[in-house]
Amino acid sequence: MAMFSQNPLMNGPNYSFSDAPKTSAPEGSREHRFDPYTDNGGSTLAIAGADFAIMAGDTRLTSGYSINSRHHPKVFKIGGTTADQHDATIVLSVVGFAADGEALKERLDSICKMYRYRHGKPMSVKACAQRLSTILYQKRFFPYYAYAILGGLDEAGKGAVYSYDPVGSYEREQCRAGGAAASLIMPFLDNQVNFKNQYVPGSGEGHALQERERRPLSRNEVEILVKDAFDGAVERHIEVGDGLQMMVITSNGVEEILLPLKKD
Amino acid sequence: MPGFDFSNYNRNAALHARGVPLPKATSTGTTIVGCIFEGGVVIAADTRATSGPIVADKNCEKLHYISPNIWCAGAGTAADTEFTTALISSQLELHSLSTGRKPRVVTCMTMLKQHLFRYQGHIGAYLVVAGVDPTGTHLFTVHAHGSTDKLPYVTMGSGSLAAMSVFETQWKPQLTQDEAVALCSEAIQSGIFNDLGSGSNVDVAIITDKKTTLKRNYIKPNERVPKLKSYIFKRGTTAVLNEKIIRKEDLGNFVSVHELAVEETGDKMEVDA
Repeated sequence: MAMFSQNPLMNGPNYSFSDAPKTSAPEGSREHRFDPYTDNGGSTLAIAGADFAIMAGDTRLTSGYSINSRHHPKVFKIGGTTADQHDATIVLSVVGFAADGEALKERLDSICKMYRYRHGKPMSVKACAQRLSTILYQKRFFPYYAYAILGGLDEAGKGAVYSYDPVGSYEREQCRAGGAAASLIMPFLDNQVNFKNQYVPGSGEGHALQERERRPLSRNEVEILVKDAFDGAVERHIEVGDGLQMMVITSNGVEEILLPLKKD
Repeated sequence: MPGFDFSNYNRNAALHARGVPLPKATSTGTTIVGCIFEGGVVIAADTRATSGPIVADKNCEKLHYISPNIWCAGAGTAADTEFTTALISSQLELHSLSTGRKPRVVTCMTMLKQHLFRYQGHIGAYLVVAGVDPTGTHLFTVHAHGSTDKLPYVTMGSGSLAAMSVFETQWKPQLTQDEAVALCSEAIQSGIFNDLGSGSNVDVAIITDKKTTLKRNYIKPNERVPKLKSYIFKRGTTAVLNEKIIRKEDLGNFVSVHELAVEETGDKMEVDA
């Protein structure tokens, strides 16, 4: 068979779309595998305002081409005094592997609760953000497969959004999209929140044009951007849909909003 | 030379051996179904085309014409379903011209399976073949490797299990035309909502001995949600880094147009009016 194919590699398995041909393992050896992660799809989004922050995520839980749940929240209130989190002031969103996200949320929540118990005051977002980074890095070589975003109000009462990679690198930002449709939503946010690539008409020529000045967005404006961002993502990403969960963090506490998204 | 061009085979095999993967083809993760009724056959399809997790086309056509009385629903690699059905459609037209008979569904199915078997599954076309011919009403499935089935109701594609669950709970013998159309569109909708590879609208084709009716976007259960805000920019928002204007009179500097004298030969090519 091989002598007809003119190709020494063709006497093994043929072309594969997923990977290059395997170099044959030595006789008698067996490959062992451990696949502890699943990608459960979905997308998250967070925007910080002048005196508020909005955290959002779709509620679809997928694996492969299947929908495991149409209502599985990925945005959680963190660090309240009770299990129902009615007095929580910090919100965590997680996307990636749902089980790891859930475990991460539980850990951060109990740490916030322990902090309140020991210090007699709630944890600041800044402290919580640093602690979350530490939790993630502690599992540097067996990471939580989760892209986390933490939102709340800072010491000055301004909206704060912290975004993370799975091993704990973090940064405070104005806005961030995470998960499956992050690459679809993030450019929209750059343009509509930070006014990137927008110039003041007639203010100059070519590179000398004056950039459009940033202004703080109102809560209503941000809610509209979030809804439109998700409606757009639903149109073009198969893992995003079913429901949109929004948490609005203000000095009055956390307000939760649930809106429908397309279900196909 | 007819057929496929293999002149890049050795180069690609060498590249592949060095770890360069094959380019990814657009796969239509799909729900397609077919169902026989008293006096004809219905086939239906969703209209989503995907490339990985991204929706490539929100309203594509998966019902392919073979002949006036034979239609095909296609799943798998988009290009393969498109070209395979077009090729067989062409061959069947010539065949029916030379025999002077109406094309038969079995002929179509046999030509498809022989073509696909020759390519050992590398042509990723998964088809539902349906039609009415002088020998009766027929419904087949053809898999990419060349195997076929003949059944009263069929489903294929990534949404085939969702769609089949509808058939297995609601199908009964001797359906009327309206019942068959309702059942097929219900099966497609089950795929649209429960399979991520399928989505958007339902296309239906009804074939009887009298005529074929193609109902494009028969059901549209997933209309786009209107945006809450206008995203129109003020004129001049985008930076213009350099600008060059070519006037119509100066176009001759960039493009040359030569008028060629048309030779009057005896035999002109036949052109449709």
